[in-house]
Amino acid sequence: MIKSELVAHIAAQNPHLYQRDVENIVNAILNEITAALARGDRVELRGFGAFSVKHRPARTGRNPRTGAHVSVEKKSVPFFKTGKEMRERLNREGA
Amino acid sequence: MAAKTVTRADLCEAVYQKVGLSRTESASLVELVLKEITDCLERGETVKLSSFGSFVVRKKGQRIGRNPKTGKEVPISPRRVMVFKPSAILKQRINGADGKLITDDGLDD
Repeated sequence: MIKSELVAHIAAQNPHLYQRDVENIVNAILNEITAALARGDRVELRGFGAFSVKHRPARTGRNPRTGAHVSVEKKSVPFFKTGKEMRERLNREGA
Repeated sequence: MAAKTVTRADLCEAVYQKVGLSRTESASLVELVLKEITDCLERGETVKLSSFGSFVVRKKGQRIGRNPKTGKEVPISPRRVMVFKPSAILKQRINGADGKLITDDGLDD
């Protein structure tokens, strides 16, 4: 499923909303999560999972082709941990 | 920087502020979005949200694990796990690049 299909599916269940409104809703949610992570905050959605940011220190890497040393700057990466209920739903009998 | 935890309530507030629906309706739509994504993943389908990332369900075979406390070997049953693959745009925004907000252009109002 891609975002436009998610939007269409939700719009079909809410005939009083324009497809455009649903798009704005989905984008508002994704932007809020992104903004929180950009601030270094955690986003916890019970039953779904939690998004957090992990910080990776600067390190010296190697160019795998030439073997030359290259410095890799420190960076932050988004991380998602699946929620308990989600984990259970993925492994429900007969799923 | 004191890291704060953002929850459903904050997402509902964002939807309320940006879309102009009632608070109650904003809350039920946030719930519906999460439910649709969850249902899709439960069917084993990948969910791709452009400029954010994708959620992918992976099947894991049986393997032998070890109880870290007792050192005893125990079989880990086959299972399905979900992974999140962040998009390049999300990764850039987390590293301070001024990524654009997610919008869907090119549609008539």
